[in-house]
Amino acid sequence: MITRFTAIVALVGGTLASGPGPHRASPALAGGTISGKVTYTGTPPKARPIDMSKEPSCVAQHPTPVTTQDAVTGPGNSVEYVVVYISAGDEGAAAATDTVRYEQKGCQYIPHVAVMQVHQPLAVFNDDPTSHNIHPLAKVNAEWNKSQPKGAPPIRTTWDQPEFIAVKCNVHPWMHGYFVVLTTSHSTVTDSTGAFKLEGLPAGKYTVTAWHERFGRQSQEVTIAGTETKTANFVLTARPY
Amino acid sequence: MRLVPTCGVALLLTGVTALAAQQTNVAGKTGNAAHGKPLYTRYCAGCHGDDGDAQGENAQWIDPKPRDFTLGIFKCRSTPSGTLPTDQDLYNTVTRGFVTTNMPPWVALSPQNRVDLVAYIKTFSPRWRTAQAGRPINVPAEPAPTIEGILRGRQLFQGLECWKCHGPAGHGDGPSAKTLTDSKDDPIRPYNFETGTRFMCGETNQDLYRIFMTGLDGSPMPSFADQLQPNQAWDLVHFLRTLQPLKTPEAAIWRSWFSTHGRELKPIGPEGEGQ
Repeated sequence: MITRFTAIVALVGGTLASGPGPHRASPALAGGTISGKVTYTGTPPKARPIDMSKEPSCVAQHPTPVTTQDAVTGPGNSVEYVVVYISAGDEGAAAATDTVRYEQKGCQYIPHVAVMQVHQPLAVFNDDPTSHNIHPLAKVNAEWNKSQPKGAPPIRTTWDQPEFIAVKCNVHPWMHGYFVVLTTSHSTVTDSTGAFKLEGLPAGKYTVTAWHERFGRQSQEVTIAGTETKTANFVLTARPY
Repeated sequence: MRLVPTCGVALLLTGVTALAAQQTNVAGKTGNAAHGKPLYTRYCAGCHGDDGDAQGENAQWIDPKPRDFTLGIFKCRSTPSGTLPTDQDLYNTVTRGFVTTNMPPWVALSPQNRVDLVAYIKTFSPRWRTAQAGRPINVPAEPAPTIEGILRGRQLFQGLECWKCHGPAGHGDGPSAKTLTDSKDDPIRPYNFETGTRFMCGETNQDLYRIFMTGLDGSPMPSFADQLQPNQAWDLVHFLRTLQPLKTPEAAIWRSWFSTHGRELKPIGPEGEGQ
């Protein structure tokens, strides 16, 4: 079992060299690494095709029909779009200054889940030839709702409090994504193989948390000493709709 | 014997006042949350709930649902989307009620009673303790309506895709209308201009200007403040008036122009100009 996971992590580690997360892919990050894979047990919901026929300009952008992204699973029970982050042990991290991009393209949010730090700049772009409204359903932060017609400049903002904020477009009800606002500077989102990698961790004791919008969250403690790579795998419980 | 109840009242007042985040002031009157509480219990709690959480005993029969004051999110504001309304905004809402909903106008209560209610409503959400009301948006002087302005407003209605929800003729029947939900996932209808009723947040052209420039927070109606210059916003106001079956100056200008030029117009909707 251990060898299998190690093999997967090693394999994935190679493909992840550039890092999928919003948080930087600096080539030489000093410190330790936590990497692993997120899988599920149970029965996940089936991805459903999205009917965009009410927005022909978006239908035209998708040669093959698009499916829902709130529970994307792959071979080996892997789970994509899981946010993996340091939930304890990294207090007091300064906000990153690079801007997180969130795009509306083909009536979908890209990326489906955008991770950012408290006070980190966020820019929302509309690349579509149609109007969208961006409606982050914040509960801890202030909820707002702004129109962004085609060709409009990006909406730039920041968030004051850590929160998992569902985002929707009321004009196109199938559009659904997340702003994940965290205090830590160490976070990432699993790729299509369910793999993740948190790099550049100073020596210390950390709580690593994996969060998925439908399968909930799970935490484990990992201690990093020096430049080692530790493995942390998560098995979330999948629930059908 | 006399001392005990007096002390009790004093303690109660202190408790409620401590809950009130900031002072509440409307037109020279200061609200008192402790005075607002019994009024709230008598007139508001039946729908909005004793705890302001929209779980009053009548709430289950009401559609749209009563406002949940614990969220600190309000539709009718003079302030930008995502900010708290002013005391005056809340006072106006209590006074005006919400047309086409179960919220009546509370004009029967004295102005001081209404200010006290506003003060008490502000105790339900922690947002009032951590944030200030937003700065009201500027509503510049309204230009006189012209047919050119109305036609520009019509292009905005097309280009900004207001028709996606409100419908090509403003009947509230656009392609997205049936799918709309509010921030609590309850179904909600877009305003139907054909009914000619008052708007959700007032009845004047200034109110209409504020509605689409600030957005109705907690509902699907977004803010267009980043997208419209003031003169464009007035053009849109003047066009929207032509969608109502009312005897407004805008409607008169529109009807007179339309009788001779109507056939030149391209329809609003997916085939419209600029789509």
